[in-house]
Amino acid sequence: MNQIFRPSANTYFKVIVLSLALVVASVLWSMAVLDRSNFTRRVNQPLPQPIAFSHELHAGSLGMNCRYCHSSVDVSSFANIPPSETCMTCHHEIRTNSPDVQKIWESYSTGVPVEWNKVYDLPDHVYFNHSIHVSKGVGCTTCHGQVNEMPVVWRVHDLTMGWCLDCHRNPEKYVRPLDQIYSLEWQPPANQIEQGLQLVETYNINYGELDHCNICHR
Amino acid sequence: MTTKKQTGTQNHDNTQPRSTPDTGGQWRSFDELAGDQRLVEEAQVEFPNGLRPPPSTSVTRRDFLKMMTVSLAAAGVTASCSRQPIEQMLPYAQPPIPEQIPSLPLYYATAMPLGGFANGLLVKNMMGRPIKAEGNPEHPASLGGTNVFAQGSIFTMYDPDRSQVVLNTGQNSTWEAFRDTIAPIMTAKLADQGAGLVFLTETITSPTLVDQLARMRDELGYDQMEWYQFEPIDHANVRVGAELAFGEPVDTIYDFTQADVILSLDADFVAPSFHGSVRYARDFADRRRIREEHGEEHSEAPMSRLYIIENTPSTTGVLADHRLALRASQIEMVARMIAGELGVDSGGEIDTSMLSEAQMTWIEAAVADLREREPGRTLVIAGEQQPPVVHALAHAMNDALGNVDSTVRYIEPVAGQPFNTNADGDLAGLRELVGKMSAGTVEILVIVGSNPVFTAPVDLDFGGALERVNLSIHLGVFPDETAQVCTWHIPEAYYLEAWSDARAYDGTATIMQPLILPLFGGRSAHELVALLGEQVERSGASIVRAYWENQYDGDDFEVFWQNALNDGIVPETEAPSANVSVQSGAFPGPATVATGEMDLVFRPDPTIWDGRFANNEWLQELPKTITKLVWDNAVLVSPRTAIAMLGLSVSDPENPQVSDLEHLSAANGTLVNLSHNGASLQAPIWITPGHADNAATVYLGYGREQAGSTGTGIGFNAYKLRQSDAFWFTPGLSVNATGGTYKLVSTQDHGTMEGRNHVRAGTISHFEHDPEFIQHMVHTFPDEYSLLPPFTYEENAWGMTIELNACIACGACVTACQAENNIPTVGKQQVATYRAMHWLRIDRYYEGSLNEPDTLVQPLPCMQCERAACEVVCPVNATVHNDEGLNQMIYNRCVGTRYCSNNCAYKVRHYNYLQYIDEQTPSFQLMRNPDVTVRARGVMEKCTYCVQRINAARIDAKKEGRPIADGEITPACAQACPTNAIVFGDTRNPESRVAQLKAEPHNYALLGELLFVPRTSYLGRITNPNVAISGEEMFEDHGGHGDEPEGSGEDHGGSDDHGGGEEEH
Repeated sequence: MNQIFRPSANTYFKVIVLSLALVVASVLWSMAVLDRSNFTRRVNQPLPQPIAFSHELHAGSLGMNCRYCHSSVDVSSFANIPPSETCMTCHHEIRTNSPDVQKIWESYSTGVPVEWNKVYDLPDHVYFNHSIHVSKGVGCTTCHGQVNEMPVVWRVHDLTMGWCLDCHRNPEKYVRPLDQIYSLEWQPPANQIEQGLQLVETYNINYGELDHCNICHR
Repeated sequence: MTTKKQTGTQNHDNTQPRSTPDTGGQWRSFDELAGDQRLVEEAQVEFPNGLRPPPSTSVTRRDFLKMMTVSLAAAGVTASCSRQPIEQMLPYAQPPIPEQIPSLPLYYATAMPLGGFANGLLVKNMMGRPIKAEGNPEHPASLGGTNVFAQGSIFTMYDPDRSQVVLNTGQNSTWEAFRDTIAPIMTAKLADQGAGLVFLTETITSPTLVDQLARMRDELGYDQMEWYQFEPIDHANVRVGAELAFGEPVDTIYDFTQADVILSLDADFVAPSFHGSVRYARDFADRRRIREEHGEEHSEAPMSRLYIIENTPSTTGVLADHRLALRASQIEMVARMIAGELGVDSGGEIDTSMLSEAQMTWIEAAVADLREREPGRTLVIAGEQQPPVVHALAHAMNDALGNVDSTVRYIEPVAGQPFNTNADGDLAGLRELVGKMSAGTVEILVIVGSNPVFTAPVDLDFGGALERVNLSIHLGVFPDETAQVCTWHIPEAYYLEAWSDARAYDGTATIMQPLILPLFGGRSAHELVALLGEQVERSGASIVRAYWENQYDGDDFEVFWQNALNDGIVPETEAPSANVSVQSGAFPGPATVATGEMDLVFRPDPTIWDGRFANNEWLQELPKTITKLVWDNAVLVSPRTAIAMLGLSVSDPENPQVSDLEHLSAANGTLVNLSHNGASLQAPIWITPGHADNAATVYLGYGREQAGSTGTGIGFNAYKLRQSDAFWFTPGLSVNATGGTYKLVSTQDHGTMEGRNHVRAGTISHFEHDPEFIQHMVHTFPDEYSLLPPFTYEENAWGMTIELNACIACGACVTACQAENNIPTVGKQQVATYRAMHWLRIDRYYEGSLNEPDTLVQPLPCMQCERAACEVVCPVNATVHNDEGLNQMIYNRCVGTRYCSNNCAYKVRHYNYLQYIDEQTPSFQLMRNPDVTVRARGVMEKCTYCVQRINAARIDAKKEGRPIADGEITPACAQACPTNAIVFGDTRNPESRVAQLKAEPHNYALLGELLFVPRTSYLGRITNPNVAISGEEMFEDHGGHGDEPEGSGEDHGGSDDHGGGEEEH
């Protein structure tokens, strides 16, 4: 009786087992890549809004300060999406015929809120606080990018925990002087690390506590 | 001369069955006293109390791996193939108020009335939603403390079973239809000046509502209208007693800070049924704090001593130095006897034959103690359930002891007096009203905010009489039993939703401001009365404001109004003092003496009150203070009475054998038939050590028929036994066992720490002899025995102390924790399987004999161990330590192995086996604290020291560039505590309160001998007994390592068998 498996079967078997393992590994790897991909995390993808509000125009060309609308950024955890009333302070006179402004007017007069889409959306188990960041040297553009160049805002960072921890463990890489927090032009100087270390000291930022779980999760 | 045994830690070796129980130690239940193997086993197994393990017990390693592979793959696929969904943000169109900053809370001062009397609150409002009630430190009845009802009221506020629609003869209707129907009727009623128009209210202290009703009668033309009052937990005896003693119905204000010796005659003055209880608890506790050197208020005064004579074990009984259990019906006799000995003419000879020698000794010693004190340094206080003569006797005794204007003072009555005040109390008034209703002379009955169909004495048959009333209008928060049978039912706005006002026990008025528009469209009593009286709709805001505008005679009303709203108190509204003196011959004798075999005693339920909180899951699941029962009421009887009643084969209850205890344990839940004067009721018994013999206590409020989806049909309805001639107690009860049992669930054995003496207790004389005796009760291993290295701190080191001398076991902390931390309720069945989710529990221990044990209580949150046993076993680092000493719990990392809970010596970790939290009901979504994660099924939860509050304070401090101040962070439990028993702070700051308390000689670490280094520690319980009763104590000086520094006892170390098991005395 002939033997069922010839010697080459050993080789085939090894190749099959190895390639199966490769397939599983590559599937897992690609899933991991996909999970961290800009697609899944909605990075660099402009998110349409119910009203075509342009940060490029308001914050860029007109040079309005961030805090005109995001008024609670330095006192509260939430930076505040402006109520329709804030828009109407100017738009009760300016461009009143624009369909978008009329939508705001409708919201203002009926009391029905505008349903903005959330661009920076952290998971519910993360408790982020704007006020402590802006008062300890983290500027708006550090996380939100150059919104003054965005007609429609998009997310510029993937908001993974690793991204948060990069700064929480090395704040000197990112902190800036307090008078530059709301500046849209500020760029890290050549001696950022040196200056950052000084600022960390001035701001009394405690390296030890910034990566406690309870700082963000509770 | 006897020697009181000082109990050290006797390490009950629970693994060996014993035949004779060790009554020298502390025990929670008969089972634990018996050293029952079952308890040990249940503590050790994964599926306790009859829960079967999952069916597939034969899972092989291969099956397990297959399942894991599949679930891992599935998890990976779902995680990475789903793109993050887009969520919406809805800003205000126009911000309602400029102060409203998104995600920052606002606090409003208001008050919660219970039984009519206000307790001042500061309510946390998060973006327009009231989510947490805190005490108002400015308010005299609160001083910053709260009770369980204030904490639990947040749940009722969002309860979807609340009344949402106007009912007309049971059919849905509208407020407009009611308004249009009733206005012409009320106008027509003017023709006969309102004859046949009757208001029935609860106790009302609201000056505006009293004024509205008075104006309706005096100015609006309803001269003949009537107003009766009925409160199931009423204080008519107090009022009639004052009339008996003084000829005037004055209210009494007590000052516990001045009292060196207090005698309580069935007065549970720290329980919510006692007006001013939150304040009184604080005042009492201030005289019970032991401080070696650090000055605190009243610390210079000696510790006070409390004697209590009571029928039902109460929280005040827990606090007492000497407690005498006596049938409720015998207390009058004893009161007369004591009064006689204090020189009060108390109605002739007293027959004391029914008192035992020990009881007589107790009473004589208490009397001598009262007599020996300086005038004005004692206090006699009577409970609201005792008959008027006991109150009058208490007044006379205070007079004889010189206490008037020192520990007691009298004020004009605070509660509004209804037009039809009956000299014999509200109950007599109700009987009169029911007579009129039955006779058909009541044409329009307006029931404001109470539920008399359920709560009125059964012999009056209020429900039957109500059928004879043509037009009945009910205003209530729930569509309850009364709402169902009235012509009209109007949903009532909850106290957090409407403008009103109310007065505290001392008369101080608070203007109650709404924190939210009525969630379910309710109306306030003011709006209803305005509609009925004036036939026009007026807003509650304008009614309340108009009243106070009328009262105010200063220049700038707006300033006055804003200040009153802001402070939560209206200045100068305390009730004026009443100048009264005890009338001679005020006590008609002789004493009525118990004749029947058994007393039946009614008490308000510790958590659901008179039944109005029956649908409140937080309060239903809060273990009752003494019995630790949840979701039920029971007939409380003493062990001796139970033995006689059920014919248990227990030879000697004084010296019980293990088999006897097993019989007693098995008897819990036995159904008995209670009958009294023609009414009868079947109910399960709960054997309560310390209860008076030959008496049975039933808690009111259960057995609701129309409470809502949660509260309907649970427990038994004790109102069915309550008759108008036996409102609080009656000696004529007969009981017979019917056979059958009912499953009662008590948490008394939950979280067992296996029989060590966890509450370290001693006496003040022992403390004076050796201030550190509490610490020396247990030998601690030397520090180097720990496997874990010591921990160092850089900035703050959070810690907590819990003062056992101040804890009144009220449960406010537990409910506050539940509200603050979004803790779900689990229901009776799940509690029975040890799955209650409370992060903070209050353990109750008994010590000593079965019949007259000392009762000890101990609140137990997570200890935040520095060398935590839980942390080292977590496979995924979901629980880790941080630099500030917090034992962090990270829910999104937890995979639910439950190893940490298994390793926790304190059993303070709670695993949510099922999806307990209701994420679907819209109103409950509004209730949650947005600063705390709402945990889904399958993660371990535990106390975090309210880390959200720590973070908020840290952020504030960092922004202002300053360290966190002491007292800036108050966890929810500490904030709710009426007695400041819980103190939190930075232990590295030697000036902080918590550091100072930890430096006290009687500060001890629970299970500290095991070197977990818990950051929560306890101040030992120290009592102030009278040696004439307890006997002189003999103190042995410490030998050996006792006087050496903690942990230096190498000569004892080294053998594993003696850790935590050393007896020092």
